[in-house]
Amino acid sequence: MTPAEYYQRDPGRHPPALTPGYKTSVARSPRFAPISLEQSVSEITGPVFGHGDLGPMDHDLIKNYAKTGDPVGERIIVHGRVLDENARPVPNTLVEIWQANAGGRYRHKKDTYLAPIDPNFGGCGRTITDAQGYYFFRTVKPGAYPWRNMVNNWRPAHIHISVFGASFSQRLITQLYFEGDPLIPLCPIVQTIPDPDAIDALVARLDMNASIPLDAIAYHFDIVLRGRRSTLFENRLEGN
Amino acid sequence: MQKLPYLHETPSQTAGPYVHIGLAPGAAGFDIYERELGHDIAGPHAKGERIRIEGVVRDGTGSPVKDVLIEAWQANAAGHYAHPEGGGAVEDGFRGWGRVITDFDSGAWAFDTVKPGPVPGRNGKIQAPHITLWLVARGINLGLTTRLYFDDETAANASDPVLNLIEWERRRPTLIARRVAGEGTPLYRFDMRLQGEDETVFFEI
Ligand SMILES: [Fe+3]
Repeated sequence: MTPAEYYQRDPGRHPPALTPGYKTSVARSPRFAPISLEQSVSEITGPVFGHGDLGPMDHDLIKNYAKTGDPVGERIIVHGRVLDENARPVPNTLVEIWQANAGGRYRHKKDTYLAPIDPNFGGCGRTITDAQGYYFFRTVKPGAYPWRNMVNNWRPAHIHISVFGASFSQRLITQLYFEGDPLIPLCPIVQTIPDPDAIDALVARLDMNASIPLDAIAYHFDIVLRGRRSTLFENRLEGN
Repeated sequence: MQKLPYLHETPSQTAGPYVHIGLAPGAAGFDIYERELGHDIAGPHAKGERIRIEGVVRDGTGSPVKDVLIEAWQANAAGHYAHPEGGGAVEDGFRGWGRVITDFDSGAWAFDTVKPGPVPGRNGKIQAPHITLWLVARGINLGLTTRLYFDDETAANASDPVLNLIEWERRRPTLIARRVAGEGTPLYRFDMRLQGEDETVFFEI
């Protein structure tokens, strides 16, 4: 049997491999074009995760590393749905995030930025989408931080997001930005994406209705993975 | 004019230098999850030959890439993937997926697994045993996909539909792991090159 493929990626949506404004890409980008592969079982399958893989607090970055109290920073909720390009929910898929603390410092032995580590903040979380593709994290808003590219480059506040989907061809890592951040248009990593509409899809929207009064402010962020072609079955398009 | 009702895929962004915090926090230097994912690819009950694969990823200057994170995806020895459409049952505990990080000083990486079996390709063709690899790192804007084949599968490799798709025959060996002498568990060597001489073949899947 030949499995139904996922839609091909739109190269105009994604950053090209070589983006000289983001200097590290220069020596790390392949020079040859990738070879396009029709998908086989190796590409239309991918790992399956269950709730047994996770701990009960993994999605709550305010509590999952708290030692003496809550972490410092603006308390936020980040929530939304994982969908595919056919606008169908992607259920039971693993979503992992990582971020700097409110001062812009990562808990990583290679991060030497002078802002302090927060003893109560780890900076990573994970969850599995529900049957409607919905996910939810609680955390603190990450701070902007400087990085070595040009000498005065700053990353806008961002959360790194990793999603699996139902197959290895849907695998995606991206970054979430926050509505209204003036550093977004100045960031060479954001600007690796050529299409302004595509950049806009990475900006989480302030969501007052999902905020918890006197506690946490919410941002809404939907993630879209590649859609899949319907299989032709007895002259009828299945799955539509 | 009507608009088609499709959504557009969320664009990719680099995993950055601190990818380990999210995907391998133990390597970043802290202990947070009870169970970190991706350490055990095959599980204790997998049948087949236990193997070890090691290598290094190099950039366009020939320097090791010390902050790369690699994900591996493979079938079991019977050629089944641990997935509802994976072709058949797998052993209890076999996930076929793993996460591999490098030594921060040398860039060397290694993982233990079982050798996968051949799996069906499109249109009834058989694919030689292979492991799909996905590379992310600082400076990589969209994860890079490649495949690892085995040099002791000469006949299967010669008829593999994907290897044969690579028009430039002299680039095909960049996808073939070499079995090297070692004591105990059979050891394969698989170095990748992001750019430059012997640049690894990457796929758009
Ligand atoms: Fe970052």
